[in-house]
Amino acid sequence: MNKKEWPLWEVFIRSKQGLSHKHVGSLRAPDAEMAVNNARDVYTRRSEGISIWVVESANVVASDPSEAGPLYEPANSKAYRHPTFYEVPEGIKHM
Amino acid sequence: MTKQEALFEYLLRKADDSLILGHRLSEWCGHGPILEEDIAITNIALDLIGQATELYKYAAEVEDKGRDEDDLAFLRIEREYKNVLLVEQTNGDFGKTMIRQLFFDHFEHLLYEELMNSKDERIAAIATKTIKEIKYHIKHSSEWTIRLGDGTEESHNRVQKSVRDLSRFTKELFYQDEVDQILIAEGIIPDVSKFKVEYDKNIKAILDEATLELPNEKWQLDGGRKGVHSEHLGYLLTELQYMQRTYPGMKW
Repeated sequence: MNKKEWPLWEVFIRSKQGLSHKHVGSLRAPDAEMAVNNARDVYTRRSEGISIWVVESANVVASDPSEAGPLYEPANSKAYRHPTFYEVPEGIKHM
Repeated sequence: MTKQEALFEYLLRKADDSLILGHRLSEWCGHGPILEEDIAITNIALDLIGQATELYKYAAEVEDKGRDEDDLAFLRIEREYKNVLLVEQTNGDFGKTMIRQLFFDHFEHLLYEELMNSKDERIAAIATKTIKEIKYHIKHSSEWTIRLGDGTEESHNRVQKSVRDLSRFTKELFYQDEVDQILIAEGIIPDVSKFKVEYDKNIKAILDEATLELPNEKWQLDGGRKGVHSEHLGYLLTELQYMQRTYPGMKW
């Protein structure tokens, strides 16, 4: 039998109002609506969430791990991008 | 028949519907077609068993003969179970389970919408909690019916056969006798015959979308409400009752 796999979906759950959706895992489903249903059953059965997003995994564009050097390392030497780099002068309030 | 006897009988009927169907669905545990559905079906099974627990508890209080919900669930003989025949039918393939669920969920949805307005506060409270679960069940079974019916030739043929095999058990959902008449008069339960047309319409809408057809045959079965069951219930009860029969009073 030619067993075709259903597409893979990435699931994002918002745990409460005001927080952003967070990636919780993935699952298989035939279409978007069923993916939401499945996500409800698999990832919110212990009241983990109040909102679900699903995205077909094929639509996620990821950075290339082999380019980690050029992508991320230049930031390591730029300490002045962190607010802690700067000394707050005496007498400044509400910072 | 007194009002108290009628209420006990009615609660037992509805509790048995939920328990037996919940048990049937629990048989899918570990056998679902995919992990996601395995969890979905067992979630629904747990909802149904939870509903049964609430109904049995209330039934035991109404009866007031020292029995509790476990006695009612586990220690009756086959003829004393009052569920409709539909819920005891075997799971078959996944499609058959979904069609059995479709026919049941659509009825429960209309019934529990009405039971929320029951003059019996306890029933109204149970219904208010239950309706949210049913609204998910109905979505689950309806969407699967559409996808399987309007899916591949194989899936279409399989669910079409299940629609043909199971539709003969649907009229029994609307079975009414003295028990119902007494409780309808008291405003405790609705007259289900009033939403038969709506039920047929809702089912037909889903089946149309699924490119499935109801059979023309009008032959319908009943008997469950009087304890006359199909050959399947005995086997189900054997498994359901095994622990309590073998180790009486066992708790865990």
